[in-house]
Parts: sequence; structure tokens; C-alpha cells
Amino acid sequence: MTETLGGGETVVFWVLGPIALAGALGMVLSRNAIHSALWLVNTMLALGVFYVVQEAPFLGAVQIIVYTGAIMILFLFVLMLVGRDSSDSVVETLRGQRVAAILLGFGFAGLVGAGIAEATRDLPAGGLGDEGGIGNIPAIAESLFTDYLLAFEVTSALLITAAVGAMVLAHIEREPGSRRTQKELSRARFLTSDQPQTHPGPGVFARANSVAVPAILPDGSRSEASLATGIEPEDPDEMPRPTGRRQLGSPDAALGTLDPAPLDGNDR
Amino acid sequence: MTLTYYLVLAAILFTIGAVGVLVRRNAIVVFMCVELMLNSVNLTLVTFARATGTIDGQIMAFFVMVVAAAEVVVGLAIIMSIYRTRRSASVDDANLLKY
Repeated sequence: MTETLGGGETVVFWVLGPIALAGALGMVLSRNAIHSALWLVNTMLALGVFYVVQEAPFLGAVQIIVYTGAIMILFLFVLMLVGRDSSDSVVETLRGQRVAAILLGFGFAGLVGAGIAEATRDLPAGGLGDEGGIGNIPAIAESLFTDYLLAFEVTSALLITAAVGAMVLAHIEREPGSRRTQKELSRARFLTSDQPQTHPGPGVFARANSVAVPAILPDGSRSEASLATGIEPEDPDEMPRPTGRRQLGSPDAALGTLDPAPLDGNDR
Repeated sequence: MTLTYYLVLAAILFTIGAVGVLVRRNAIVVFMCVELMLNSVNLTLVTFARATGTIDGQIMAFFVMVVAAAEVVVGLAIIMSIYRTRRSASVDDANLLKY
């Protein structure tokens, strides 16, 4: 007795099945590892739709969230860390391995596919009834927390072990003090280079980039016309005004480390 | 169309994944092929759950997903630490145990 499935499901299968196959083939055949990851995302999305069609809406959602959302992003992260250019070598380590593997694949697919097709010819499409629709999540929860409770608890141990293991493996031990601080890095960058930063435009004597800083008139007083309406004039942090030979633009003045002028704002 | 189509599709996907594991040299791509094999087995489990009318197949697929997530996390960490020491993600370069 062979039950045929509905027409809509047939259409879904014949649209998404080739897409899933193309994704799998593209993953194996593309040279670039990132292209492989994207092809695999393709296949996994198609499989997620298959789960939803096959009365497993919860698994379909989990497939899309966990696999395409979490695992593949993790793959992409590691690809970015390891380096995208670490593509495959074309050199065969064992001679004839590729041909042998492909022949093996054809043989395996033929054997298993024919065996499955023959053995499941009379497979009834029984269906899960309400457990495959609205009641899918309650049914899974009931089974998970009664029959499979021990496996579920062991899963938590597995997950915590995996998290700790990943942290231990990815951890780099550094000697304390061997890492340069941000201040040291900044000083090294600014004090050694001839041109540590872009020069200000001609005529610019800005020491702060806040809109609350008023412009200064030639006699040294503040220009009320330069203030934006609705902003209280105040004294925000400004760079110390360089004096003497420590002119604006010199590395020392930029860093403000040597002979810092007071920040009281009275020297305008 | 019967449920057999799904099973045959899953078998073909599994085969492609297995061939990929044998053929590819990049450890990360090999890992992706393993993921493809796990996914195809999940499709088989869901299909059989539907055929038998019980929810247990879906529970198994759920556990497979959990184990796959844990496995990917640890595996990618191992690949990263190998890459740090050997500057290579190729499976051919990690052969120190041979000597």
C-alpha cells in the first residue's frame, strides 16, 4: 500500500530538493571556504523547510535558528580568524584518492539509495496527527521531559563541557605585563612618527570639537554670536594651549604629556 | 510521491558529505561536510517519525542538533589552536603523530 503525498508537498520537494542538492555539491566543489559555508547555509535552509513540511515545525525553527543562525555564523567567525585565503591545496597527498573517493561515493549512494528505495516502498505516510501541527511543541515537551529526561539532563553536562573546552582551547596564556597598554601604544605611535596625525586646516586653531565652545574674538573675549541657540556656554575639556616652542601640531602638544598647561580655561 | 523520496534525498546528501570529507583538505570545510552528514541523518529521522506516527524521531533529531552544536564548538576551537601553532588549517599539515 503506497500513500501518495499531497500536491503542494510534491511541489515543495521538487523545488527545494534540487536546491539542497545544489547547495551540498557547491559546498564540496567550491574552492573558497566562505563560498562553501554559504552553500551549506543554502542546504540547511532547504532542510529546515522540509522539516516544517514534514510535520516538525519546532525542528524546522530550531534548524534555522541553531544551524544557520548560530553554527554557520561560528564557522564564518573561525574562517575570518583563520584567514580566508587558507584555501585548499590542489596537491593530492595520496595518489588517486579523489577518484577513489568519488567512485566510492557513487557506489555508496547507489547502494544505500537503492536499498532504501526498495525497503521503504511500502512505507505508510502515517502522519503525526495533532502532534505534527499545533500540538507539536507540547508533544515534544511531554516526551522530552518524561521519557528522555535523563538524556536531556546529560545534554546539559555536554553543553557545559563543550563551552569550557572551547574556552580552554582558545585561551592564550600571556605573561602579565608582556602586553603593551593603550597609552604605551599611542605614545609609540605618536612620538616616533614624523606626522602623527593630519594637520589642521589653515587658520584653524581648534582645541575642542564641542559645539558648546564659543569662538574667540581677536581681543580674547567670547563671541556670543558663535554660540548655537539653546546651548549654555560652558568650559568643556580642551586641549592645553601650546605655549612657547611647543606649538600646535608638535607631538608633545598633541599628547599633552610634557608640561601640561592648566585646563582652567582662563588663558583664552 | 512518497516518503521514500525524502529518504533517498537524505542518502544522497549524506554521500556528498562523506565524499567531501574524503576529498577536501581544509579542516573547516571538512567540518562543514560532517555537518551536512548530520543534517541528512536528521532529515531521515524526521521522515521516519512521520512514517511511524510517533514523536520520538523528532526528539532524536533534536538531540543530534544539540550534540552537533557542542561538537562544532570544540572542533572549531581545536582547529583554531592548530592554526595558531602551525599557521595552517589543512588536515595534511597536522601529522606530527606520525613520527
